[in-house]
Amino acid sequence: MSTPTPASPTNKLGFTKQDYVGSKSTLCAGCGHDAITAQLINAAFESNIEGYRVAKFSGIGCSSKTPAYFINQGWGFNSVHGRMPSMATGASLANRQLINIGVSGDGDSMSIGTGQFVHAVRRNVAMIYIIEDNGVYGLTKGQFSATADKGSHLKSGAVNDLPPIDPCTLAIELGCGFVARCFSGNPKQLGAILKSAMAYQGTVVLDIISPCVTFNNHDASTRSYKHVKDHDFPLHDLGFIQYSEVEDVDIAAGETELVTFPDGSKVAIKAIREDYDPTDRFGAMKAIHESMEKGEFLTGLLYINPTQPPLPDLLNLVDEPLASLDETLLKPSPAVLDDIMKSLM
Amino acid sequence: MSVTPATLPPAPGAKTRINDFSIQVATVNGSGSQTANTVLLRAIFQMGVFVSGKNLFPSNIAGLPTWFTIRASAKGYVARKASNEMLILMNPETAKDDIAKADIGALVIYDEPLQLDKLRADLSCIPVPFQKLVTASCPEPKLHKLVKNMIYVGVASRVLGVDMAEVKKAIAKQLKGKDKAIELNQNAAMAGYDWAMENLPDQDQVRVVRDNKTEGLIIVDGNEACALGALFAGVTVVGWYPITPASTLVETFIEYAQEYRIDPKTGKSTVAIVQMEDELASAGVVLAAGWAGARSMTSTSGPGVSLMSEFIGLGYYVEAPGVFYNVARTGPSTGLPTRTQQSDIELCAKCSHGDTQHINLYPGNMEECFQFSYDAFDLAERFQTPIFVVTDLDLGMQNWSSRPFEYPAKPYDRGKVLNQQQLAEAEDWGRYKDVDGDGIPYRSLPGTPGGKGAYFTRGSGHNAYAQYSEKPEDYLAVVDRLKRKYETAKTYVPKPLFRNLGSSKGLLAFGSSNPAAIEAQDLLAEAGIKTDYLRLRALPFTAEVDAYVQEKQVVYVVEQNRDGQMANLFRETYPEHATKFKSVLHYDGHAIDAKCIVDQITAFEQK
Repeated sequence: MSTPTPASPTNKLGFTKQDYVGSKSTLCAGCGHDAITAQLINAAFESNIEGYRVAKFSGIGCSSKTPAYFINQGWGFNSVHGRMPSMATGASLANRQLINIGVSGDGDSMSIGTGQFVHAVRRNVAMIYIIEDNGVYGLTKGQFSATADKGSHLKSGAVNDLPPIDPCTLAIELGCGFVARCFSGNPKQLGAILKSAMAYQGTVVLDIISPCVTFNNHDASTRSYKHVKDHDFPLHDLGFIQYSEVEDVDIAAGETELVTFPDGSKVAIKAIREDYDPTDRFGAMKAIHESMEKGEFLTGLLYINPTQPPLPDLLNLVDEPLASLDETLLKPSPAVLDDIMKSLM
Repeated sequence: MSVTPATLPPAPGAKTRINDFSIQVATVNGSGSQTANTVLLRAIFQMGVFVSGKNLFPSNIAGLPTWFTIRASAKGYVARKASNEMLILMNPETAKDDIAKADIGALVIYDEPLQLDKLRADLSCIPVPFQKLVTASCPEPKLHKLVKNMIYVGVASRVLGVDMAEVKKAIAKQLKGKDKAIELNQNAAMAGYDWAMENLPDQDQVRVVRDNKTEGLIIVDGNEACALGALFAGVTVVGWYPITPASTLVETFIEYAQEYRIDPKTGKSTVAIVQMEDELASAGVVLAAGWAGARSMTSTSGPGVSLMSEFIGLGYYVEAPGVFYNVARTGPSTGLPTRTQQSDIELCAKCSHGDTQHINLYPGNMEECFQFSYDAFDLAERFQTPIFVVTDLDLGMQNWSSRPFEYPAKPYDRGKVLNQQQLAEAEDWGRYKDVDGDGIPYRSLPGTPGGKGAYFTRGSGHNAYAQYSEKPEDYLAVVDRLKRKYETAKTYVPKPLFRNLGSSKGLLAFGSSNPAAIEAQDLLAEAGIKTDYLRLRALPFTAEVDAYVQEKQVVYVVEQNRDGQMANLFRETYPEHATKFKSVLHYDGHAIDAKCIVDQITAFEQK
């Protein structure tokens, strides 16, 4: 006799968490990337995301395999190395109702794809841009990436003597309105930031330190689990309140700061580090640089400005997806051609 | 000063070239000469005479030599002509060289202080005191340099017999909306004309006589024609990066889009146009937008195609639509950026690594630039693949007369796209399954509700259900189906056109080589060498091309590149006929002329 299994909890759309999973991961056991995937599934479930609206993009590398591992109801596009941002740009223009999630790595985004990263951020393409950052090229078996800290070692003993590129300060410099750094080993913080990101309109840059268990998890690495756990300095506790829930939630006053998104959703930020204001662009830059000097990973929502218009608004595009516009609207009339021909006579 | 009565030139003599001549104008770029030359060209056009213009300009903004040739042809030949009956020499830097190369007997209008009459005795020299005339006609010294060129338009009009009313009309059209500039330029042209009336003897070497050949015709360049094709094809996403000679395609499109692609209800745009950071990003935008259901395009030239080639291969393998215009220039590398060539034929035919084959369209005139541009969007969506529209600087940036474009009444072909209901009803749908046997699978678009149709697109190995696979049989199933799809395209792309004189000898050309090829075919026939001309208009080769290759004993393949790239494609496609294909080549950066074709074919025939 079988015992009835309790029904899985459902979200407001009636979906279970199982409805947000993807194919089985083929990454190494214990890979930080899989922890990020798990949080993405969780955040999409809790944020009541309609899976069919999700478009997932990636370039090439271990991180770029992960869009196959979450939200099977969404469309995925694993493209070419370093070019994920232009793919997300094109699709987001074709259909502005898509929820775009781009997953990239430190190799994909901070070396071959730096140009596309920079320009997608500048344009405020509506997308969550995740950099699964392990400081190493995993898929080609362990070469340094451009985010590797100066002085860090490879498993082989090679020492990196070049300064790292920091995606977070770069994104803030470029005008990004949502910049956060997280650690794949801190699911609570990562989950809250991902849910906030899913409500945000515009480019979200998330640099997620995600140790490579195979090639970069030894004692001399600055991106090993041990090193990051020891040097992680969370800025604040973050709570995300969706628009639909706002009226029912009692928001604590006092040290909690609220940032409101255009749709009415709110992020409640309770400071751990005193004097940190995530809406202060220069202050954010200063704090990140100071933490880097100390060898710390400052994690949390580093900078937020929810008022910037996303690319379709900058281009003054019609509200409906361009992809679904009808021939009657797109094709000028014979009279128009006639006028143009007359002007050329 | 003696005053000659203001009369038109005398009736043409027996040897007068009526409406059949070439003028070459040598100027300095950035001096406003483009406006003056276009006005002269338009004025002759308005006289009812077939005319074509070629601007030979440097890769520079101002200060370097530039030449403009205007060819009038009663027979309607519009190719560049290697010899010129009239020269207008305004650039002291090049004047001596230009005059040394002049054809015997040519009329030469030049700035008086250059004293070119001392260099050659076998030319008809017309020295003009430009500085004196410009000072008298234009009160503002800082504008002298710009209006000086308009004075030669007036002088040339008098010499040729062009009606000044047409010149004034052409100026007004060219400078539409700038009233002060119109007046200034009309005055300058008139000053040149009046001076010439008073001081020049009548000549009857070359003459423009009013005709009716251009009634109802338009003057347009290929980039504008392509832009209009895209406008009517309803392109919705444009990602582009500036490059000569392709930039004006998108720039012209932007101008039209601002007027004709605004939703009347909301005032918002129905097309997204983004100048990307480079050609790679442009290609990414195009393919992702096509993948997501938009009609998308980019416009570039050879160096841009090289950069895009990784993405083009992705588009081919994952089957994402997009229209790629290649307005070719002279390569390799940076090459001669402002000169023309047909040297990206093999590049566009097989762009990217691995086994790739692409549909290419080769418009050969302005109407086809418009129509093929329109059709390219249908083909991209029907075949779910990147489509190349291959033109070149000569087609793209030069002025061509054309019949007005016909309205493309044919409704859009959006291809095999399954909607929510069709996906719900579909049994065992697979993104890459060949259901109809034509190699073309059915696709779904991101954002389709209903929980069906989502799939994962990947540039890595995949099976019929878009799942990752490294199995040999899965890989073969996909790439062999792609080859079948390319076979299917043979029945969709434009068929070749023929101009047969009843011969076993074939003459084959495409794109901007067409006018020179037609003229050469006539000249060869006059000299006793008859040919059947096939104008190729697309890849893959259609059944008509197969039959032609089978039937001909020899096929002269005319193209503007060094290596005979199109002939190579023919030899590869028809290996059993490989020895039939003889290359007739022109690749110095100037547009091809008929004489070089005649000379090369004559030499082959004499062997």
